[in-house]
Amino acid sequence: MSDHVLNKGAPRVYHLPEDEHGHGESPTMLGFWIYLMSDALIFASLFSVYGVLSRNYAGGPAPQQIFDLPLVALNTAFLLVSSITFGAGMQAMDAGKVGSLKLWLIITGLLGAAFIGVELHEFSSLIADGATPQRSGFLSSFFTLVATHGLHVTFGLIWLVTMLVQIGTRGLTTETRRRLMCLSMFWHFLDIIWIGVFTTVYLFGVLR
Amino acid sequence: MSISHTPTPHAGGHVPGGTPAQSHGSKRSFVTGSVLSIIMTVIPFWLVMSGALHNPQATALTIFAFALAQIGVHVVCFLNVDSRAEGGWTLLAFLFTAIIVGITIIGSIWVMYHLDNNMMPMTPQAMRQM
Repeated sequence: MSDHVLNKGAPRVYHLPEDEHGHGESPTMLGFWIYLMSDALIFASLFSVYGVLSRNYAGGPAPQQIFDLPLVALNTAFLLVSSITFGAGMQAMDAGKVGSLKLWLIITGLLGAAFIGVELHEFSSLIADGATPQRSGFLSSFFTLVATHGLHVTFGLIWLVTMLVQIGTRGLTTETRRRLMCLSMFWHFLDIIWIGVFTTVYLFGVLR
Repeated sequence: MSISHTPTPHAGGHVPGGTPAQSHGSKRSFVTGSVLSIIMTVIPFWLVMSGALHNPQATALTIFAFALAQIGVHVVCFLNVDSRAEGGWTLLAFLFTAIIVGITIIGSIWVMYHLDNNMMPMTPQAMRQM
């Protein structure tokens, strides 16, 4: 370490032998992944509540009478395509194309907003028909599960708008890249949860 | 010498900021995942809406299998979880979560199914006669 001897005034840098250098990885991605896995456990408990209560109609409406499958198919298409456009945005980010990244993010946000809009429309027409959360165990667990997912998407949208502003003001820095990668994981994760929702809630419900 | 930061080949080191492209992978796996997940969404909806299998139980099993497969496709192609990412820790956390999720959901439904006598289960047909 001759350079340390030569520059006595320079601050010394110590490295542990097991430190991985030239790796450039922050622990944020793994930490965020573990947060997502804990979020999956919240959804697991909501799915089990739905699985247990989904046949307790208490004389109220059953899934076949209230679920509108074409509407759910439209909603599913919005969320699935938004996941794909987000992926396209991340490819643009890798290529360093800020303009096309912003465009993909805006398209993703619009699709997410369309998803939330359709879901709110569905909820309001259910409630107008008297299928409110307090009507039966089935409806309580349905609204809890689906609305928790919808709330996640809503927060994802707020995060997405925040990232658009940050890219506009700061550009593609290490921080904005890292935050976008976390948001990308979050968005894909919500699409995975929606696969569970449309299969177990809507498709199984109509088959019953 | 450890001070010199060399770009690592596995991180797709073409990024100017030096940030590794960990959470999203190659273009090819992304395109494969997109196509597969569109197909795996359309088929279950089509099966249920057209009633093509004429058997609710077989349809239910088929769409459940499609859902599991599609979750796998999303995790591998979009979230890029494999045994190399983050030194295998994302895969380990995912497998652990999958086991806990399975125990929670299957266990709850199993237990409550056997306790169902007091919970007045009803078929939609019985319900309509109320």
